Amino acid sequence: MSNVVEKKNQKDSHMEEKNYITTDYTLKSWFITKDHKRIAMLYLVTVLIFFFVGSVAAGFVRFELTSPNGQFLESETYNRMFTAHGVVMIFFFLLVAIPAVLGNFLLPLMIGARDLAFPKLNLLSYYLFLGGALFGVTALVTGGVDTGWTFYTPLSSMYSNSQVVLTLTGAFIAGFSSISTAVNFIVTIHKMRAPGLTWFRLPLFVWAHYATSVIILLGTPVVAITLALVAVERLLHIGVFSPEYGGDPVLFQHMFWFYSHPAVYIMILPAMGVINEVIACFSRNRIFGYKFIAASSLAIAALGFLVWGHHMFVSSESYYQAAFFSLMSFLVAIPSAIKVFNWSATLYKGMIYVTTPMAYAIGFLGLFVIGGLTGLYCSCLATDEHLTGTYFIVAHFHYVMVGGTIMAFLAGIHFWWPKMTGRLYPESWGKIGMLIIFSGFHMTFMPQFIVGFLGMPRRYHYYYFAPEFQIYHVLSTAGAGVLAIGFMIPVVYLILSLKHGAKAPQNPWNAKGLEWEKVDAVPTTHNFHEIPVVNEPAYNYSIDDEPPIEAEKTRLGVVRESN
Amino acid sequence: MKELKFAPVQGSEYAAQHDALFYLITALTVFFTLLVGVMILYLLIKYRASNKNVDRSNRIHHHLGLELTWTIIPTILGLGVFFWGMLLYKDSRTSDDNASDIYVVGKQWMWHFQHPNGLRENNELHIPLGRPVKITMISQDVIHALYIPQFRVQFHTIPGRYTTVNFTPNAVGKFNLFCTMHCGAQHSEMGGYVYVMQPDEYDKWLANGGNRFTKKADTMVESGRKLFVENGCVNCHQEKDTYRAPSLKGLIGKIRRMNDGRVLVGNESYIRESILMPYNNVLEGYENVMPVYPFTEEEVTQLVEYIKSLSGVSSEQRDARAASAVGPAKRRDDVAKQNNDANITKQVEATSAEEIHSEVTSEL
Repeated sequence: MSNVVEKKNQKDSHMEEKNYITTDYTLKSWFITKDHKRIAMLYLVTVLIFFFVGSVAAGFVRFELTSPNGQFLESETYNRMFTAHGVVMIFFFLLVAIPAVLGNFLLPLMIGARDLAFPKLNLLSYYLFLGGALFGVTALVTGGVDTGWTFYTPLSSMYSNSQVVLTLTGAFIAGFSSISTAVNFIVTIHKMRAPGLTWFRLPLFVWAHYATSVIILLGTPVVAITLALVAVERLLHIGVFSPEYGGDPVLFQHMFWFYSHPAVYIMILPAMGVINEVIACFSRNRIFGYKFIAASSLAIAALGFLVWGHHMFVSSESYYQAAFFSLMSFLVAIPSAIKVFNWSATLYKGMIYVTTPMAYAIGFLGLFVIGGLTGLYCSCLATDEHLTGTYFIVAHFHYVMVGGTIMAFLAGIHFWWPKMTGRLYPESWGKIGMLIIFSGFHMTFMPQFIVGFLGMPRRYHYYYFAPEFQIYHVLSTAGAGVLAIGFMIPVVYLILSLKHGAKAPQNPWNAKGLEWEKVDAVPTTHNFHEIPVVNEPAYNYSIDDEPPIEAEKTRLGVVRESN
Repeated sequence: MKELKFAPVQGSEYAAQHDALFYLITALTVFFTLLVGVMILYLLIKYRASNKNVDRSNRIHHHLGLELTWTIIPTILGLGVFFWGMLLYKDSRTSDDNASDIYVVGKQWMWHFQHPNGLRENNELHIPLGRPVKITMISQDVIHALYIPQFRVQFHTIPGRYTTVNFTPNAVGKFNLFCTMHCGAQHSEMGGYVYVMQPDEYDKWLANGGNRFTKKADTMVESGRKLFVENGCVNCHQEKDTYRAPSLKGLIGKIRRMNDGRVLVGNESYIRESILMPYNNVLEGYENVMPVYPFTEEEVTQLVEYIKSLSGVSSEQRDARAASAVGPAKRRDDVAKQNNDANITKQVEATSAEEIHSEVTSEL
């Protein structure tokens, strides 16, 4: 038998094999699945619902702020709104969006494994997340929480008259979901790489998720303990944080930020991982300074644990403590700067295709650079004394967390959408959506820098003491409207693409990487027909590579013959 | 009518220094944003796939020199900003020895100010132009934060311990006073104004009993003394040390050893803790016999001022000295020299560097 015939036979038999979606259509098959790809899709739907909930809360907040005297909410309700926005967005969206959706889906595919190391643990982590989220939702519908997502004591442990314990329980349980995912990722990356896939041949997406998992594993237990102690003080009146019982309210802040500052890196490192993949692919170039980028992820993970005190410069921290944390905060900025410069250098001599994922990646750079640089104001002691607690901080962390994480999330969703769903989305709409989100974002948060510098405190319902702030709030709210429209565009066309989108070929972008080259258009349940052997570096692109699929072929309703 | 503002008024000496640093960081931010932005756009356009007439040969994928360049330059710039910010912050956190003391009790949802002369104000603070102010604050319930944007200062007001804010107003006017730590339902209404007045107008204002809030007849020291006598503190804490209790004369700034070996410095926080939780810090050589006195935070501040007056460093005494002193404001040495009872400088100098450190730490 000739070689050619054998290959053809093999191909035919694969055509008949069902992919991970078509293998079983029953709901039950989804809810008890151990397939990392299906679990990723469960996560995707869940976090998008939470993103919507958090956005609605943000909408109420922004609308209230268009007038110095509020619009229609009571202050109690307003406080519950911004708390809901913070809690939902952070605990139930940002912390999980990229690792649990894209990370879950892609890690085994990228390293040539058939699944994560512990598929059942992976499913458990989803249900823990869902369980935590249900507690959060229950708290929300039974009155909400008014402490802010930071749960500062003794407001949360003694004074707040809202669903603090329910919410804490939700975040506590969701924390265990993070922990089990992190364990799964670490073991998978260590033990299940394909033959020849050495550490320095790994896609940087994998490195980023490795660093993230380490942070989750070290940090999350601390916040779990902290939240539990708040609940203990609140329910049993055992003094830990409240001075009335002999506790120390500042202790809470130390324990909380010991996790919650590294949590910022849990949100941004996976985002950086996505950006590597997208920029390399659409520059048709290897990532510049691969080892520096990999090492900078680890440096961020390590230094990230030594900067928590910069949230507490004006919170009874001593001058020497403050100086130490300020210094460390300046140092932790350096690895991020290294990454940005390396990404820019990757474009040099590239063969650049500005597709939708690439546009989002460039948007990420634009927002992340501003977000990162405005971090200087916050790590510098003298300026932080003025700006902390104001809208300047609000603008800063939205540039990093929304500008960074959500732009990268969208870049990743668009980049791997064909792999996840087997469908193409309309390229033209993709870019329109990106442009609207990018401009809406600046319109929303740029005025907040100015109003923060002027002295507008965050978490304020009324600002009749300083009505001159109004113009900036109105501008910001208008920007939020644009942002909302921007977010609806991808939601609409991505959903439409599921039914009307053109069928995706195996490798629509002609990208490198096992998930594109060695996996079917839509992966089968076990990902690989045979475990691949890797013998080339990551991102082995060249200028002679085929271009990505033409935009005309991605329009909705165009029927493509599958190849 | 509202006018469009891009920067807050500079109401204190510190504000101008702060803004110089602020605008330097702004310049760095704009420069690097443009640098990266222009570089990316340039590369995107030059190396767009449709442009076939561009040299893409000899690609490089790593370059140690470049990596070091963009590691080291940002590090140096960052360290420069760090040191400037650190030194400036030290100024802002260090109180002038001639500063007038003002005590603040924060509670849900109001600011309660006490001037040394006993005058009280709620959510409003009147101060004279040019005089350094040290605000000592404490919360009665949750954490608040006192923030005066025009002075560029902010610090948390915490239950259970004193914190401070320092500034020297150098512009007459009405400035914002905000709570910047979310403190419950009416957080956004926990604010008011700081009025900086010409010194002569301020004196007139004082003479007329301040604003609409009632003037307390007694100064803080007098109120404190009354509490001290009425509650029987004076029975044990006498002029000289007794077997039951040490004298409180000269307590401020004194290094004291506890019977568990810890070394503490006599300051406002120490006095407060000794009143509310006397069992926490029992002086070496004494028994744990002092009962707990459940004073309110406001009463505690009055006792603190009274006990400070025993060391000659109550606000009133220092104000009197400042008035009699010729020339500009005197720093710590001068004040201490005039003050035979306290002997602060001598004692601080005599102690080890570690103890001085602990003193500074506890002050900050």
